[in-house]
Amino acid sequence: MASLFEYAPAPESRSVVDIAPSYGLFIDGEFTDAADGKVFKTVSPSSEEVLSEVAQAGAADVDRAVKAARKAFEKWSALPGSERAKYLFRIARIIQERSRELAVLETLDNGKPIKETRDADLPLVAAHFFYYAGWADKLDHAGYGANPRPLGVAGQVIPWNFPLLMLAWKIAPALATGNTVVLKPAETTPLSALFFADICRQAGLPKGVVNILTGYGDAGAALVEHPDVNKVAFTGSTAVGKAIARSIAGTDKKVTLELGGKGANIVFDDAPIDQAVEGIVNGIFFNQGQVCCAGSRLLVQESIHDELLDSLKRRLSTLRLGDPLDKNTDIGAINSAEQLARITALADTGEAEGAERWSPACELPSAGYWFAPTLFSNVTQAHTVARDEIFGPVLSVLTFRTPDEAVAKANNSQYGLSAGIWTEKGSRILAVANQLRAGVVWANTFNKFDPTSPFGGYKESGFGREGGRHGLEAYLDV
Amino acid sequence: MSESSVRLNVFKTYKLYVGGKFPRSESGRVYEVSDSKGKWLANAPLSSRKDARDAVVAARKAFGGWSGATAYNRGQILYRIAEMLEGRREQFVREVGEAEGLSKSKAAAVVDAAIDRWVWYAGWTDKIGQLVGGANPVAGPFFNLSTPEPTGVVTVVAPQDSSFLGLVCVIAPVIATGNTAVVIASEKSPLPALSLGEVLATSDLPGGVVNILSGKADEMGPHLASHQDVNAIDLAGAGPVLAKELEIAAADNLKRVLRPQPVDDWNADPGTSRMTAFLETKTVWHPTGSLGAGGSSY
Repeated sequence: MASLFEYAPAPESRSVVDIAPSYGLFIDGEFTDAADGKVFKTVSPSSEEVLSEVAQAGAADVDRAVKAARKAFEKWSALPGSERAKYLFRIARIIQERSRELAVLETLDNGKPIKETRDADLPLVAAHFFYYAGWADKLDHAGYGANPRPLGVAGQVIPWNFPLLMLAWKIAPALATGNTVVLKPAETTPLSALFFADICRQAGLPKGVVNILTGYGDAGAALVEHPDVNKVAFTGSTAVGKAIARSIAGTDKKVTLELGGKGANIVFDDAPIDQAVEGIVNGIFFNQGQVCCAGSRLLVQESIHDELLDSLKRRLSTLRLGDPLDKNTDIGAINSAEQLARITALADTGEAEGAERWSPACELPSAGYWFAPTLFSNVTQAHTVARDEIFGPVLSVLTFRTPDEAVAKANNSQYGLSAGIWTEKGSRILAVANQLRAGVVWANTFNKFDPTSPFGGYKESGFGREGGRHGLEAYLDV
Repeated sequence: MSESSVRLNVFKTYKLYVGGKFPRSESGRVYEVSDSKGKWLANAPLSSRKDARDAVVAARKAFGGWSGATAYNRGQILYRIAEMLEGRREQFVREVGEAEGLSKSKAAAVVDAAIDRWVWYAGWTDKIGQLVGGANPVAGPFFNLSTPEPTGVVTVVAPQDSSFLGLVCVIAPVIATGNTAVVIASEKSPLPALSLGEVLATSDLPGGVVNILSGKADEMGPHLASHQDVNAIDLAGAGPVLAKELEIAAADNLKRVLRPQPVDDWNADPGTSRMTAFLETKTVWHPTGSLGAGGSSY
């Protein structure tokens, strides 16, 4: 379908962010080279332009960072909570001040649209620090008994889909409770964590409390397995999550895992169609579908299947794919060539297995990593695209006749992270929500996040909760 | 000596803080405020019962917006108050020192504690709900959720001796949860309270959320305690006789009453009781229905 309106380009200025040609590891308050001098390049996924070259941490660097965190732990954990709180409030405020810079940086390094980094990622990052700052001097009130103690050094490994937000989810509660951290961002999105290191310096955070190691999976594994790490927090794939669970078996390490998902978005026949379509689009195309809690399985009541699909296709035809820095862009770039290959392979499998593939007319830019919004209909529960997490802008549409069937299909997954329910009937929302084996259930909305609201999965979507009072437990010796 | 040493300094006219503005008392009255050694400091407005009623109107008007703001937003504004106070630290150290007869270092400690107290309550705005609310496991097919809500307009009789730290310790918990306040400042030492109004006015706090009156608690107190549009009263700074009188008057419309608490040290961990004193609990029921096609109900 031809576009009804032509939009003039409206790019956000890149001049607000100054990316250095190279960055070191942030250990003990200083930027340093990797022990073996290795570096790697980080590119902008929308253009394949090299943004910077960063140090590649190895086992020796992990050891150095853990030692720095251990050294800092004694004083940091002994600080009055009210003083730790004030450091975190400072960090929250500096993030607010620098949020446009960080939004542009994140869009450049990750490929997601500026309207998402500007309006979702960054406000949530600042809010998360602000929220946990307030807990630092209130831990006695958190329901874990008097004077709950921190664990020690937290080794944290985060993914590339929400680089700075996942950093916030990890670091804010860890510091509030008195732990020190060594954090490894994903190899394709190292930059915002390094800018965060600079924010720690601006905030006057004591050296060694936060250490940032850029690198690959081997550095993450070395961090998780380091004998002097007391707490492991990981967000990423279920396969790696299982490997971590095995590798820490027999140790005293406390662990939280936030892994994959195959969220069911259930639409009943009484749902307001337009509102549901917006929720479906948000559920699977937000951040190009590279969201662990994406609503990647659409379960539609049979009687409204055709009507809903028509509306959905019409809406998808209006999505704008392209320059992530353009303020009108809805769909940005896929984060990496590797991820693009995986999405492509899974979508091809869907087609080969007989599901009906559809995408709106959509011109893809010539450089960078792109995948058009894609919808599979006539999908059965046996199809790969109904079972495997695709982590891309690919929606599988299934149908159901009764609420029981909807629940059975929704729960028919190894995962249990998120689900959506669309109906005008309150009692049905609650009855269905009660039956769903998922950690977050959105009713007549989707992909809502708030620092006060616990987030995490059932089943193979991992364990532990991040956010809210519940999120403190992961970092306390309770 | 330089010429500047003979420069005559400019006195500040201390005024009330009502509805986000700085009026004088409508009565035109003032009273003399002296430091701990009896030296004249300023003439403070001697608020009338009309001033008190105006303050209630302002507080009521501000209640909808303030209680309807997100807890996160309220938290940021309370934190902003701390930021603004930090910038005016020297002024408050001087005023508190004069008001309470404290050395500079002791006054500084008091001001620092007051700033940190704003930070403490800034963090409470979005946490108290998870502490005192929650899902109730009723024995039936119902979703049942209790959440705290602010009680409304709260009259605060501020502590008489701790004119600044004590004042902050009673105002902050009232507004953190979304109430609005009408505050009767320490009669003897109202100047730090009146200056606090200038800080609140520049902290993104909507006008009317906090209203500060100087004058006599036993003149304004009875009117505020019996005022039909006031929902609660904190008697922190009322003596035993006045406290009893006000508690009786408050019974007229069943105001929530926080009796004077013995406070040895305003520095101590304040806990949550000053917040919960001015919270209502709202419980919402909704049927969960059943899954069967015909079995669910609204």
